Amino acid sequence: MGDVRLHLTPSPHLKAPVSTPRIMWNVTASLVPVVAAAIYYFGPSALLLLAAATLGAVLTELAFSPEKNLGDGSAVITGVLLGLILPPGLPLWMAFVGGAFAIGFGKLIFGGLGQNIFNPALLGRAFLQAAFPAALTTWPGVPDSWWDLRGGNLALPFMSPPEVDAVTSPTPLGLMKFESTPTESYALMIGNTGGSLGETAGLVILLCGGYLGLRNFLNWRIPVSILGTVAVFSGLLFLLDPTRYANPVFALFSGGLMLGAMYMATDPVTSPVTNAGAWIFGAGIGFLVVVIRSWGGLPEGVMYAILFMNALVPFINRATQPSPFGERIVEEAEA
Amino acid sequence: MRFAAGFRHGVHPPERKELTSTVPVRRMPFPEEIVLPLRQAAGKPAIPIVRPGDRVERGDTVAEADGWMSVPIHASSAGTVKKIDWWPHPDGSVAEAILLEADPYSPQVPRPRIVPRWQGLSPQEVVEAVRKAGVVGLGGAAFPTHVKLLPPEGIEVRTLIVNAAECEPYLTTDHRIMVEYPERVHFGIRVMMHALGVERTVIGVENNKPDAIEALEATLPDDLDVKVQSVRVKYPQGYEKMLIKTLIDRSVPAGKLPMHVGVVVQNVGSIAAIAEVFETGLPLIERVVTLTGPGVARPSNLIVPVGTKLRDALEFCGGLVGDVTEIVFGGPMMGASQPDLDAPILKGTTGVVILTREESRPRRRYPCIQCGTCLDACPMFLNPSLLGQLAQAGRYEEMGEAHLADCVLCGCCSYVCPSNIPLSQMFALGKAGLRKLETQAA
Repeated sequence: MGDVRLHLTPSPHLKAPVSTPRIMWNVTASLVPVVAAAIYYFGPSALLLLAAATLGAVLTELAFSPEKNLGDGSAVITGVLLGLILPPGLPLWMAFVGGAFAIGFGKLIFGGLGQNIFNPALLGRAFLQAAFPAALTTWPGVPDSWWDLRGGNLALPFMSPPEVDAVTSPTPLGLMKFESTPTESYALMIGNTGGSLGETAGLVILLCGGYLGLRNFLNWRIPVSILGTVAVFSGLLFLLDPTRYANPVFALFSGGLMLGAMYMATDPVTSPVTNAGAWIFGAGIGFLVVVIRSWGGLPEGVMYAILFMNALVPFINRATQPSPFGERIVEEAEA
Repeated sequence: MRFAAGFRHGVHPPERKELTSTVPVRRMPFPEEIVLPLRQAAGKPAIPIVRPGDRVERGDTVAEADGWMSVPIHASSAGTVKKIDWWPHPDGSVAEAILLEADPYSPQVPRPRIVPRWQGLSPQEVVEAVRKAGVVGLGGAAFPTHVKLLPPEGIEVRTLIVNAAECEPYLTTDHRIMVEYPERVHFGIRVMMHALGVERTVIGVENNKPDAIEALEATLPDDLDVKVQSVRVKYPQGYEKMLIKTLIDRSVPAGKLPMHVGVVVQNVGSIAAIAEVFETGLPLIERVVTLTGPGVARPSNLIVPVGTKLRDALEFCGGLVGDVTEIVFGGPMMGASQPDLDAPILKGTTGVVILTREESRPRRRYPCIQCGTCLDACPMFLNPSLLGQLAQAGRYEEMGEAHLADCVLCGCCSYVCPSNIPLSQMFALGKAGLRKLETQAA
């Protein structure tokens, strides 16, 4: 028996067949139906915006990340998610800037993967909303042909005059907020409404997220907690005053709630590490969403609700630490 | 209740026991050279009482215990003491060992000895016989058995739990002992119950060993309260606190021993070894070892003399095959990689697992993404994610505050970590770092 070159590694010597890149790429792959729905409803604009946002994220990762590690998939998923929460008529360069900001200031500046406090895609969206409020709240109408671009996709930075779009199609939440007009539940579920690219097809997102939950690629407690809280809280308000408040089905399937609950809030890096914390985190998001939508100045509150709860994650973690195995020792009287 | 609810958390690694679970135990021929390290159990190393050139018979004492927390060492083959020298130890260090040159023509007959009749012995005398025989826990930890058998004043032991879970993948040592020597196991239980003065015994066997459960149940004694309990396959079911939780639904408090809840846990292999002491009068000089894995030609269950070199045992099993990268003493979840084929098989060596590149390829490490999978795996309900970040920063004191002392290094967290962070290794280092800080402070 000749001598062999033996490896010395720490135990355990077996490893579960799961890895961080595999989780990231599975999440990305599960978005394919959502992306397909976006393209189906919004035409080539959707594809261009998603590509621009992803390109911004990937190029920033390549330029500034010390590891230049695209293999872990976190830059791609951030870009795609950001693209999905942009309005269809946004200029492409803005989407690119948003993607770059999301990775640069949402992730890398904190120290890279695993270190960031806020969800990078949502931070990118918040930055765009602050920088270009008009562009981010313009919802262009449906063009004559599927092939036509929506609104000002091709506008150049600081050169094109502001798009004066004659026809705009408001989002269901806008209609609800400013005109108290609810939208048909069926249209909301299949996504045949105005809104951001990937947010409209609620049922598709629900199915994709459910798949991830079953495969254990996301913590199912977070979406269940968010959606449950929204359903209960908005249901109570609806019972109090059906003319003023939206019904729970509308609340669940309108705006970015479904995408936010399934894909944004469940980002492991920016959500609590404990399961008890996950329930609290989700309930907080659900509560804030209903509060902002019902009494805030904005029609939609998912983004700010998640970012706000992201900031609380360290405190939630600290408050929900598990207690170690073992019965508590009862001090005996004579001891 | 045939099926216990079990403990929470834990993992399900692939079992791979089919390689050897139906292979009968065979006796390996005596090797030419035997290596007997003086440190083979938790506690102090033994003190040699032989000198180079001395002739020893099989079963002779070659090193005496050094105090209570120590066990004597016996010659596992007739032969001549060659030297007492430094030798590779399976824990990775180099330690003092007695080298025996086996006598190739010896009939290996031990000296005539008195077989102790347990019925006539007081519990203290039984414990003394066990101590003199050098019996240690054969489940891997190698804790001196006699220490467990004498509970301190004021602690009442009501139940003996026989640990036959064998939750580590690949290993079938305990499995084959139960299938082939069930009467010996029951005899050992009888002696133990006498020594401990307990009324009740529960044998916990994972339900992937139905033939072992059947064999034990077919030979149950009529006059004793002994129960065989099938438990669910889950790692680390064989860690004693988890087994106690599963079998009698008590959780041993942090930092306390099973005695605290009125229980003594003995590995089924140790029970069989104790039975042998009272059957033949021979001390612990051989044990059953599983040699298995994809990298060995004939995966086997062997009776080997304690101190047999890995090289000799492998040769008897047909040698290595395929692209062997790693040889592990113990199970693959908690066992130690061996750098040296000359390392001896000790009293506490449950098995040898030979892994090929397929199982042990290096995996790239990614940053912690706080997914919380490790929290759901930790059977001790710790926060490995937090402990890992503290370990990374060398903040050992804070690791202590985060209950590092409760970590049993079972490896569940490392096993599930998607970022391939070597958490349990970091915790082992953290424990060492904390000890150092404490000695500095003292």
